[in-house]
Amino acid sequence: MKKKNLSKLFAYTVLIIVSIIFVFPVFWMVRTALSTPSDVFNRNLNLLPSSYEFNNYKRAFESAPFVKFFLNTAFITIVNIASTLFTSSLCAFGFSRIEWPGRDRVFGILMTALMVPYAVLIIPHFVGFSALGMTDTFLPLLLPILLGGGLFNIFLLRQFFMGIPKELDEAATIDGASLWQIYRLIIIPLSKQSLIVVLLLTFLLNWNDYMAPLIYLSSEKNFTLMLGLNQFIGGYSSQWELLMAAATIVVLPSMIVYMLAQRHFVEGIAMTGIKG
Amino acid sequence: MDDDIQMNQNTLMQKKRIKKRLVQGLLFTSPVLIGYLVFVFIPLVFTVFISFTDFSIGAAKTKFVGLENYMDMFTGKDIYFWPSVKATMFYVFGSVPISIVFAFIIANLLNMKIRGRSFFRGIFFMPMVIPLAAGCSIWVWMLQPDFGIVNKLLDFFHLPTSTWLTSDKTVIVTFIVISLWITGTAIVIFLAGLQQIPDYLYEAADIDGGTAWHKFTRITIPMSSPIIFFNLVVGLINAFQTFVQTAVLTPAANHVIMGQPNNAGLLYVPYIFTKAFTFSEMGSASASALILLLVISSITFLVFKLQKYFVYYEGGK
Repeated sequence: MKKKNLSKLFAYTVLIIVSIIFVFPVFWMVRTALSTPSDVFNRNLNLLPSSYEFNNYKRAFESAPFVKFFLNTAFITIVNIASTLFTSSLCAFGFSRIEWPGRDRVFGILMTALMVPYAVLIIPHFVGFSALGMTDTFLPLLLPILLGGGLFNIFLLRQFFMGIPKELDEAATIDGASLWQIYRLIIIPLSKQSLIVVLLLTFLLNWNDYMAPLIYLSSEKNFTLMLGLNQFIGGYSSQWELLMAAATIVVLPSMIVYMLAQRHFVEGIAMTGIKG
Repeated sequence: MDDDIQMNQNTLMQKKRIKKRLVQGLLFTSPVLIGYLVFVFIPLVFTVFISFTDFSIGAAKTKFVGLENYMDMFTGKDIYFWPSVKATMFYVFGSVPISIVFAFIIANLLNMKIRGRSFFRGIFFMPMVIPLAAGCSIWVWMLQPDFGIVNKLLDFFHLPTSTWLTSDKTVIVTFIVISLWITGTAIVIFLAGLQQIPDYLYEAADIDGGTAWHKFTRITIPMSSPIIFFNLVVGLINAFQTFVQTAVLTPAANHVIMGQPNNAGLLYVPYIFTKAFTFSEMGSASASALILLLVISSITFLVFKLQKYFVYYEGGK
């Protein structure tokens, strides 16, 4: 019994220390964002600032149109969530609830694309979108999602759909339901849990995306939050209090979403591992 | 006679039904089928094609150059190729094993019927929600050699400080340290796997007088091996494609490409990105990208082949 308590004590100690280290960057970001420049360049160790400077946020908002960046990011993310949910569930339905010759072989070929690095595709994508005159618009960030909604999501939803008893479809067919009705009225309502997982994964992927906006968006009016922050990294490299204020603005929306839906996030991620 | 006609009609009906289902299936899956063709297959063919040319998006003419793009990389005429290969290998084979071991240990501690488990789990997953570019910008500031908090704290505890991102000797080590901060996904997946190991296995070990170490090596590890394998494959594929770390931790400045000092932080995807979009050498960048595709698919293939030696599937798969 004593030994068990000792090992638990050890576990708590490690977990608490690691937790502090994991949270520390967020604390330090907020702390720096509230500091004066003299506080930032102080050689002594002060965990709390000597005075609180809320002006840094005002200055950050003045030096870049963060509200516009926020709206751009929100627009891209919402459109992509909607198209991902719709097209990936539609395709997953076609790969799990309809029996057609060659289905599983076609699915297997598609899944090999999961191994293809984005870096291999980004050059031809850029060339293609440039030829169509679509660079510096949101289209290159939206169109690939509309067509398929990401292979991983299709894989995930297919796994869930295959777990739903076939008898439901058969009974509905006998009652004269079309495939579209089976999809719409049986499969989708029964898969809410997995659709929430796909929604949250898509949110993270799009909200935090860095490389694609960096490649396609060039004028400031089209920037996402990540590109706004990127501008700060290049332009204000020694004004740490300002950079950290900008980082706080960028981090805050994700943190709010996480706090609201923490359980779904964590359980959803766990599911991707177990089902995959 | 009648029977024959009946049978013919039956097979005809069946053929019709199969055809109908094929059309329906293709209709439902058409978004991804078109998407695969337009955004994966055609681009791949295009990439292979231009990797043998000096294609560039602004240039007036494109010339066929044979294997020159490939030769330039291996002979070192492309001065960034070998440094980026070195940096990437160091990073991938450093960060992937270390973060898997770290995540597995944390998950096992969390699985010890601990109070506040979901609280801790929420904390460990939190960095995954923070946009990586923002997270990295915080680390740049914390790791500043002079005014950064990390060196100040190390100094306070009388531990050795480091040059972190400012020296070519410590850049990749710093990347690896930061990669531990973003292991939340692996921790959560490991924990979910550990929770599925049936209690009776441990109870049986208790009855037989097994020690904690026995239980860990004979039950926990074999039972988790499919998930270790999953995290390994995902970890490798992701680590090879790391981009944000180089772009934000060692950013490009005026006339200097990202990944400095001394190209020590220039991972492979940032190297491709720089060639394609900073130097506008898209043909040559495509050749580099295809090598990445080759490496990632061979390693994945190898890991899958090795799987049968170290992954335990209950009921023999």
